[in-house]
Amino acid sequence: KQVFVRDALNMAMDEEMERDEGVVLIGEEVAQYDGAYKVSRGLLGKYGENRVIDTPITEMGFAGMAVGAAFGGRGMKPICEFMTFNFSMQAIDQVVNSAAKTLYMSAGRCECPMVFRGPNGAALGVAAQHSQCFAAWYSSVPGLVVMAPYSSEDCKAMLKAAIRDPNPVVFLENEILYGRAFEVSDEVMDKNYVAEVGKAKIEKEGSDVSIISFGYGVGISLEAAEVLQQQHGINCEVVNLRTLRPLDTEAIIKSVKKTNHLVTVETGWPQCGIGAEIITTVMESDAFDYLDAPCNRVTGADLPMPYAKNMEDEANIKASDIITSVLKMKNL
Amino acid sequence: FASSASFDFNPCILHDIAADAGPPTSGTVTAEEAVKYYTQMQTIRRMELKADQLYKQKVIRGFCHLYDGQEACCVGMENAIEVTDDVITSYRAHGWTYVRGIPVKEVLAELFGRDLGCSRGRGGSMHMYADNFFGGNGIVGAQVPLGAGLAWNQKYTKNNGISISIYGDGAASQGQIFEAYNLSKLWKLPAIFVCENNQYGMGTSVDRHSASTEFYKRAGYIPGILVDGMDVVAVREATKWAKEFVLKNGPLLIELKTYRYHGHSMSDPGTSYRSRDEVQAMKKTGDPITGFRKRCIDAGLMTADQVKSIDKEVKKIIEAETGEALSSPEPPMESIAHNIVKGGF
Repeated sequence: KQVFVRDALNMAMDEEMERDEGVVLIGEEVAQYDGAYKVSRGLLGKYGENRVIDTPITEMGFAGMAVGAAFGGRGMKPICEFMTFNFSMQAIDQVVNSAAKTLYMSAGRCECPMVFRGPNGAALGVAAQHSQCFAAWYSSVPGLVVMAPYSSEDCKAMLKAAIRDPNPVVFLENEILYGRAFEVSDEVMDKNYVAEVGKAKIEKEGSDVSIISFGYGVGISLEAAEVLQQQHGINCEVVNLRTLRPLDTEAIIKSVKKTNHLVTVETGWPQCGIGAEIITTVMESDAFDYLDAPCNRVTGADLPMPYAKNMEDEANIKASDIITSVLKMKNL
Repeated sequence: FASSASFDFNPCILHDIAADAGPPTSGTVTAEEAVKYYTQMQTIRRMELKADQLYKQKVIRGFCHLYDGQEACCVGMENAIEVTDDVITSYRAHGWTYVRGIPVKEVLAELFGRDLGCSRGRGGSMHMYADNFFGGNGIVGAQVPLGAGLAWNQKYTKNNGISISIYGDGAASQGQIFEAYNLSKLWKLPAIFVCENNQYGMGTSVDRHSASTEFYKRAGYIPGILVDGMDVVAVREATKWAKEFVLKNGPLLIELKTYRYHGHSMSDPGTSYRSRDEVQAMKKTGDPITGFRKRCIDAGLMTADQVKSIDKEVKKIIEAETGEALSSPEPPMESIAHNIVKGGF
């Protein structure tokens, strides 16, 4: 069945709200407006204003309140929607210092079962303050679970896992993907189907090069893999990390040992990025001995996102960037 | 001997509350309550002085913010609420941790970084927790939206309780506190926002850090009361009244006018921005413990001998609990990575 990403997210919240009365959704425009990107469409009508709640434009306040509500125990599990993760910077103290650390600081006494979700990464034509990826930021924080879904299957099965998880989960969606439809199997459509936290998914099996990515980058990677297969006979393996913390190092190492080549792909900036983390993981493992060429990373350009179309196109990752990287690595 | 007595106190100053609708101006204290409040305040005082001593001996590390002088605030509030009500405070958390049910030895052991500590040595001075007590928070002001969220939880789960969010006068101008006021009023939450005004944000006096020093009026559209935070009975009565108020009407601000004897933290002698005379004068004329002791003796709720024996007993207990805390080992190294995430990975 073809399912839009936005609808997959909606289904996940709908099913979990139906299953568990403690699940509530708060954020800017999530209720009467149906969500700034229509991800929460219809939930207000179904679950009422006690459970689907509009907030004013005060991220620090409402994110902190969502954390406090989760602390209270008594079964409440807030989903805190950031209209975009760019605005989560207003509230990042509550995510990092309150949500992530309290379980540890309280020696396990105070739990924080909740989800921070919303679109992350480059959108189109909205310039620097609304186009950036926070995957590296959040995934560096102990105490958080960080997920970055790609397809409709990911969104449905992983958001359900995030809501059921007893930890604070940062769930990084992508605005450009919201309007994309993917084939979803009957198994995944079942409301009891939930993804396993911390497990990567092999999107395409291959033998020659591992392309490891997450979120929006997975689609670009698959596109590049297709061209490399058709035009150059290179059989790429595309790994969709799905969860960035905990990182599925086992899947990374296994894939690299098989293909002996690694290219990482992400939309964010290069410095201290997820690519740097993946490559270091390989360097520090015995997979290093299996490499036939130095690893390479494909990332967004190291600059604030420009507005002009020609420049924005240049700054964002494209399949051709990945293809160039793979061919170079293969000395082709 | 009297089995109970009525104590008058300075009337609360009201904001946006009708003159005859505010908290009472007197409260009844039984002999049993007198002993309890006195013992609790004296225990906190002695515990803090012990912490001061052990900090200077380098048994306690890092930040350590003491509560002596402010004892009537937590003791008064705790004795007005139920265990099912939620409390969250700032980094000056030792007194609250104790009144919320953690034994002295576990508070001290936490300060020493020992396994017996209530946070198993993971939190230290600023991060202590108990049932329905959510810390001990080190980021100034951030605990207030958390406390508003606890009030939301109380209402959503129909727990019939309230939440008390405590912050100092120094935090009172943090932007996120105003976000929490706004949402709490919109959602009519059973939230009491308490500004423990000890008159200094670190070393900056209220008139130097706040354009308006009437902290009980700070939310404008939320009613508020100004309470004598050095009078345990005034604090108890105001809090009892406040609990009923917020369950019926939504949020309320309370300003507790109080005073801290120690500097902001152990690295602050507390003398560059205020005079020793000021501190001495407060200890002499405004002390919450000696004031309460005198009133209780005058009213026949306690005898001078009884007070002496309580003082002696508290001292003995603090010494014994200090010994126990000191004999606790450091937390076992194999548990260093426990409780990072629930369930582990």
